[in-house]
Amino acid sequence: MPTPDATRFTVLDLLDLNLNEQNALNLRCIGGRKGLSREITVPDLNRPGLALSGFYESFAWQRLQIFGRGENAYLKMLAESSNVEIYDKLFSYPIPCCIFTHNLAPSKEFFDAAERGDCPILQTDLSSSEFSSRVLRVLLDIFAPQTTIHGVLVEVYGIGILLTGDSGVGKSETALELIERGHRLVADDVVDIRCVNGSVLMGQGANKVIGHHMEIRGLGIINITHLFGVGAIRDKKQIQLVCGLEEWDANKVYDRIGTEEMTTEILGVHIPKLEIPVKPGRNIPIIIETAAMNERLKKMGYHSAKEFNQNVLRWLESENARALYFNRDDFL
Amino acid sequence: MTEAIVTISNRAGIHARPAALIVQTASKFASKIWLEKDSDKINAKSIMGIITLGASFGTRIRIMSEGADEAGATAALQALFDSKFEED
Repeated sequence: MPTPDATRFTVLDLLDLNLNEQNALNLRCIGGRKGLSREITVPDLNRPGLALSGFYESFAWQRLQIFGRGENAYLKMLAESSNVEIYDKLFSYPIPCCIFTHNLAPSKEFFDAAERGDCPILQTDLSSSEFSSRVLRVLLDIFAPQTTIHGVLVEVYGIGILLTGDSGVGKSETALELIERGHRLVADDVVDIRCVNGSVLMGQGANKVIGHHMEIRGLGIINITHLFGVGAIRDKKQIQLVCGLEEWDANKVYDRIGTEEMTTEILGVHIPKLEIPVKPGRNIPIIIETAAMNERLKKMGYHSAKEFNQNVLRWLESENARALYFNRDDFL
Repeated sequence: MTEAIVTISNRAGIHARPAALIVQTASKFASKIWLEKDSDKINAKSIMGIITLGASFGTRIRIMSEGADEAGATAALQALFDSKFEED
């Protein structure tokens, strides 16, 4: 999810997130609007029960404060005993925001204290546990390490392939042919990459407005969704293979066997990498398709090049053995 | 590496036509050229990349070039930004 300002993620950004069904947070602001520009710095939650009872040691004020049924009942009890100075103590910390689940709303005194402390109060209709798991998932995604790479991300036979290479080497043309052959475009030219869970690289287009457009020399900018249909696009995809396209260099040694596996590092994750030389007459899309299928075979435990070599070794060995038994004179 | 900071001075910002002009200018040079806005750094030889920056009127952009003809590349792009992409 791209944030409007990559350096700062505010409560307003959290409200503005456009999430679909199973990730929807259903948040709305019910008070303390002045504080909506407060920054969320930690992707974590806190249930402020101990703080409300007056124990502020190790109070995790940087986190989103979640008020569920228990906390709300306690707040109600405090309000009835007009013990409201506790509220002001709570809002003396620069809490990013307070979130009430189950559509609960606090008392007027709590609102007033929040206004004084410039702390936004949000409300959601979800249950505390459901909201917690959703918001954690969303925040971890937003706070994941990210980078931008110049390349094209396509999904070929279910494998996310990042095509890289210098301008003009034919990345977009290769992707276009792949789309024509029934594969999917994720992002052209600018690929935003996030490292999720420290091991998975998710790639997506940098911008929804201009996403799924491509620039093809001689044609200009084309809309892939309109031209090839919604089946030809995908919003995001895990990057599982990197194919570096480069001009054929006669002096460079290219991999001819494929038993040695190269990897490249993106955000600390090692991804298999192929170097594919481009020259007129080489059908790059077919090579990419084959690379994708080969990658799937490898994941299933069948490595073409290694298996081939093992067969060759076994055959040579058996030939030796035959020579030993049948043509003893020739062998010696 | 040579760098320059420019401000978008045409009202419409960088839409398709200015982006094409930038790419045309950048492609005349062999150096690697990047444009940077906030934390986004993109290849100046890519039209979609430049449009993705979303550079509107008044935005400040850093031009960075690296290679044999880097000084010329940075100067040529700076001149293009200063000319308001022949708009307005």
